[in-house]
Amino acid sequence: MAKKNEKINWEYAPAPESTGHVNLKEQYDLFIDGKWVKPDSGKYFDSTNPANKKKLASVAHANEKDVDKAVKAARKAYTNIWSKMEPSERAKYIYRIARLMQERAREFAVIESLDAGKVIRESRDVDVPLACNHFFYYAGWADKLEYAFPNREVSSLGVAGQIIPWNFPLLMAAWKIAPALATGNTVVLKPAETTSLTALKLAEIIEESGLPAGVVNIVTGYGDTGAAIVNHEDVDKIAFTGSTAVGKIIQKAIAGTHKKSTLELGGKSANIILDDAPLDQAVEGIVNGIFFNQGHVCCAGSRLFVQESVADQVIEKLKHRMNSLIVGDPLDKNTDIGAINSKEQLDVINSYLKIGQAEGATMYQADCAVPSSGYYCRPTLFTDVAQSSRIVQEEIFGPVLTIQTFRTVDEVIQKANNTPYGLAAGVWTDKGSRIFNLTTKLRAGVVWANTYNKFDPTSPFGGYKESGFGREGGLHGLEAYVKLN
Amino acid sequence: MARLEVLKTYKIYIGGKFPRTESGRYYSPKNAKGEALGNICLSSRKDVRNAVVAARKAFGGWSERAAFNRGQILYRIGEMLEGRKAQFIEELQLQGATKAKAEKEVAVAIDRLIYYAGWCDKVSQVSGGVNPVASSHFNFSVNEPMGVVGVAADQSTSLIGLVSQIAPVIAAGNSCVVIAAEELPLCSITFAEVLNSSDVPGGVVNILTGSLDEMLKPMATHMDVNAIVYTGNDAETLNSIQEFAVENLKRVRHYPQDWMDAKAQGLHYITDVMELKTTWHPIENIGGATSSY
Repeated sequence: MAKKNEKINWEYAPAPESTGHVNLKEQYDLFIDGKWVKPDSGKYFDSTNPANKKKLASVAHANEKDVDKAVKAARKAYTNIWSKMEPSERAKYIYRIARLMQERAREFAVIESLDAGKVIRESRDVDVPLACNHFFYYAGWADKLEYAFPNREVSSLGVAGQIIPWNFPLLMAAWKIAPALATGNTVVLKPAETTSLTALKLAEIIEESGLPAGVVNIVTGYGDTGAAIVNHEDVDKIAFTGSTAVGKIIQKAIAGTHKKSTLELGGKSANIILDDAPLDQAVEGIVNGIFFNQGHVCCAGSRLFVQESVADQVIEKLKHRMNSLIVGDPLDKNTDIGAINSKEQLDVINSYLKIGQAEGATMYQADCAVPSSGYYCRPTLFTDVAQSSRIVQEEIFGPVLTIQTFRTVDEVIQKANNTPYGLAAGVWTDKGSRIFNLTTKLRAGVVWANTYNKFDPTSPFGGYKESGFGREGGLHGLEAYVKLN
Repeated sequence: MARLEVLKTYKIYIGGKFPRTESGRYYSPKNAKGEALGNICLSSRKDVRNAVVAARKAFGGWSERAAFNRGQILYRIGEMLEGRKAQFIEELQLQGATKAKAEKEVAVAIDRLIYYAGWCDKVSQVSGGVNPVASSHFNFSVNEPMGVVGVAADQSTSLIGLVSQIAPVIAAGNSCVVIAAEELPLCSITFAEVLNSSDVPGGVVNILTGSLDEMLKPMATHMDVNAIVYTGNDAETLNSIQEFAVENLKRVRHYPQDWMDAKAQGLHYITDVMELKTTWHPIENIGGATSSY
């Protein structure tokens, strides 16, 4: 038994997930036409672990010629095989991919955490299972498309070019590939340059599944690789998830072409706490809303609105809760906040911390320890901000929350909607009628009431206004990949 | 002495009022026989902006009307159009249609309004629904109007294109700014008079006559317009709309079809100008009781 005067140590013992079962090659080539091929330029770049800056593998940098090769392979597979296949057979291939992913879920989760800096608790419990489920869900749609679009003739588009971000690397690959395949299209996918590894592991699974060569092609690289996909004449559809600025460049590039597009872009989502909300739950929701995945979430609840009468209480509870968050090794099962994805992103976040202070806002950071190597950012909140502050208007994409107060429901609706974005919103109140008043008036594609950051393959996701267009997930997610007559 | 006929002054329609263009300009389109159709307002950029302001102001109220009420109002537009059939037939004939064609066009236009009137309170049941998420949440998706929609009306018809494009936009709960057919403008303003006597709140539909080329840019670049609907086959025009639309990511909808076709109507013309909102709420699930009693 502990002696009476002995100080109790509340520190958690480290509980790191083992990396022993992970199988990573030293070098990854491009996955084109069912084969691993060297990049035309012979160039490779390093994929590193942002938690300790160590190299994980080198990855091929695809240029225009490689992209052209991939698009040609996708076209050939589309014309000769995939568009002719019985939809029910198509479904079985997609089901098979889902199952193979499930079998290797643990390996995927660990690689995702290594490559992206994401905490293992999230990659294991959120990213990977959702990614598998997405394939499983869309597989079932393949032979039921006529039920999704009654009174219309449904056909596939052809070759889909898909460009995905670094915040949910495997999950975004699943969100893009699964509906595209279910609707009978073939795919050229480019993962983000800092997080290519799980997409390449997915390519291994696709190879293993026996999916016909060329149906899915994975080309790794930087923005120039993405641009080559966007500008390729034989691509019928561009699906992009990323920043609003790049989304606009893409939209401009494909204006006047036959290419169809869906864009899932930035956000600055409002999370609204009303005076009758269950405050402890709401505080958990605020934490989940902004600190989930280090705040690298397009729908992050980055603008907190608290009703004036409970503001002091909420902010006090929130600070208390922030101080108990553990920032550190993404592979440790106790960690709440992992590493910032890259040095570039850490620089962006730090520049916004400076901007916020220069604008006169009051900054508060959790007093937690942060590892000395690697890219980390303490959970941060700003009070004394104005609606016009840059940190309130612009997407930071990090663990940085701004707090504003309000008196009436009408006031908060106005303030919440006063943004060019419209991706998501959160509402916390005990009263059903208040929930529905707010949820119907908030101009956002996803509204979470008394919860936040929940995702499901059956649930359509996507934004209003400059947060992009088109939906991913659910029946509505099919529309992005079909031609309707 | 024979009675002198009173001629109609064609105006534009902004915020439920009939001003002349603020620019004071006009143009005089002619029919195939060379007869002048009248002095028509050559609306300006400023008229476009005024119309967008009026449309934005009207959007909140219109979008929050009960869907059933919107349906009744669309039906009312149909009723009013039916009552003024003769005037439209006359105008269509003056603009070059045969009597039979003119009668057909007005009939199709009326029926189309009635068709969309019926959709108003059915869209969300057909297009939205409950999503069976795996976690303990109630999750549903509903369509919501986009906001202010810019309509570049069919340039090859005077009435049917206009009606076929406006009806789904307002059935969805949007407000709109419409650029009428440049060379066939008569029915657009007469249709505004129909709207004005049909319980459609001022500003929900705003109609401008004049040059499509001139007004397209201020409309498609306007930061407070959420979507553009374009009918026509001009690749250059479509391309420029798509480029103009980028800055605030307007949704661009292109309908190249013949609006006289009976099939040129459907639910998707409505949902194309709607967003989809998905709402989540937790379901309390703390005990062990089940519904299997």
